[in-house]
Amino acid sequence: MTTTTSTPTAAPAATGVTVERPPRTRGPGGLPYGLLLPATVLLALSLGYPLVRQVGLSFQEYGLAQQFGRPADFVGLDNYRALVSDTYLWKVLLRTVVFCLVNAGVTTVLGMAVALLMRLMAGPVRLLVQVGLLLAWAMPVVASLTVWQWLFDTQYGVINWTLSRLGADYEGHAWLLHPMSFFFVATVIVVWMSVPFVAFTGYAALTQVSEDLTEAAELDGASSWQRLRHVVLPAIRPVLLIIGLLQIIWDLRVFTQIYVLQQAGGVTRDTNLLGTYIYRLGIGGGDFGTAAAVAMFMLALTVVLTAPYVHTMLKAEED
Amino acid sequence: MARRASAPVRIGANLAGVAIFLACAFPVYWMVNTSLLPRREINAPDPTWVPFGGSFDSYRRVLSGGRFFDALWMSLGVTLATVAISITVAFLAALAVTRFRFPGRKGFIITLLLIQMIPVEGLFISQFKMLEGIHLLNTIAGLTLVYVANVVPFSVWTLRGFVAGVPFELEEAAMIDGCSRFQAFLKVTFPLLAPGLVATGVFGFIQAWNEFTLAVVVMTREDKKTLPVWQAGFLDVNRGIDWGGVMAGSTLIAVPVIIFFLLVQGRMVSGLTAGAVKG
Repeated sequence: MTTTTSTPTAAPAATGVTVERPPRTRGPGGLPYGLLLPATVLLALSLGYPLVRQVGLSFQEYGLAQQFGRPADFVGLDNYRALVSDTYLWKVLLRTVVFCLVNAGVTTVLGMAVALLMRLMAGPVRLLVQVGLLLAWAMPVVASLTVWQWLFDTQYGVINWTLSRLGADYEGHAWLLHPMSFFFVATVIVVWMSVPFVAFTGYAALTQVSEDLTEAAELDGASSWQRLRHVVLPAIRPVLLIIGLLQIIWDLRVFTQIYVLQQAGGVTRDTNLLGTYIYRLGIGGGDFGTAAAVAMFMLALTVVLTAPYVHTMLKAEED
Repeated sequence: MARRASAPVRIGANLAGVAIFLACAFPVYWMVNTSLLPRREINAPDPTWVPFGGSFDSYRRVLSGGRFFDALWMSLGVTLATVAISITVAFLAALAVTRFRFPGRKGFIITLLLIQMIPVEGLFISQFKMLEGIHLLNTIAGLTLVYVANVVPFSVWTLRGFVAGVPFELEEAAMIDGCSRFQAFLKVTFPLLAPGLVATGVFGFIQAWNEFTLAVVVMTREDKKTLPVWQAGFLDVNRGIDWGGVMAGSTLIAVPVIIFFLLVQGRMVSGLTAGAVKG
């Protein structure tokens, strides 16, 4: 599910590598269409209609007055114009993109590092690591959030306790108070939840890299770093691309983590990302017109950030 | 690779392995540990690392609050409805795209791919307005409708792999033996697909069970909250947090999910690979 549960939606992962063989039978008349009908109707109703509606909404003045029955006036591009000239939107937009790229980058690098290390470990240690990764992967997002907040707790948190023991002055340190440290906590949680997927997918890809290839490179005198850089990583490039795409999609829509941490004491205005901003504008503040316009920005941003990947994947599906 | 690595590298990797395990598993352990501690040990200057002589007080507090069961029924209702509807329509769609060739087939598959990229946050405003308009806010039906849109595309995708994994020749053989197309499907293909259907269903279950964003948007009333939203509500700093209770609630919600997840994880991966190879 889209859910911010950056859980195991490995679904699109398969897409890049799918090679479609033509199905066996030619459809007798309308049967295949009949089979597709229920899914199509449901998707059109719960996604298609809202999408069309949202475009309309973003061109309307739709605030509290309209919520209580006043007809919504068509205001053309006014909502967009107001937004573009509002520096706050650009701040949130920039924050969202930076947060997304930092989280996606850190997750991918750490996950691949774990995958590479797993190849060097003794069997039992590797099993231990896999058990740990599975546990972190399986944890529901809200449960992970509560645990990490408890670990980072100001008064009784283990992290403050440990840091103080190590000699740093973290007695009673409030992690969520300052935006930078708020986002640090959010990043720790997001990365902790997302690394297992990358590590498992990366490890599976690494086991597919032919030994002959690395051996040949070694005979030619390549150092282990050179082998990694010039032989192994290029060989798993398609998988790395999909991992990158999924991380960007998931980290662009981090809502749950930010929302819950904000409830727990973060300063909302300084910590909003696009998702929480839209929520607070529309459902919190009743300004549905503007919220719809920001949501259109978010959809556009998704298209821009994922277009190169989608292009590659569509080409794979075409073949 | 592993065979040829030098001793220091191997030792370093193994030490790193232990550190990775601790980083992954400690928070999960800490959740269970805290849930079993009495309150005075939770609110002590030094942490208690092992819950010797543990207490179930926290669980008692959570379960007797009443709200837990309200949220549990709400979550179960939405999740089961979502899974039942999603699996049915996704299964039909998966059959169409694997067993038939027809104009628009590729378009449908590509649309499914693209739908999976749409962020919920980019659409929940108008979904909220739509549900408000048809009086489905704060109802299981309303939340189910928006959940189905999130579970169906993924389910079609994995089921496609499972259906493709059952050779069509088996069905053909049954048809030669005198079965109708429908009978052949029901008697031959369907039983072979059951494990795939179960795995996909469990996966959808986990997704809907954990979902937070849309639950916050659609279920605005206190008595309609699903488990994750109910649980996040515990974390209001202004009220002073009962960490034992929060961790007990988290454990209750997480343990079934973790067990489910471990059960289906392997099968989902094999289903995906099967789809990739045999599509």
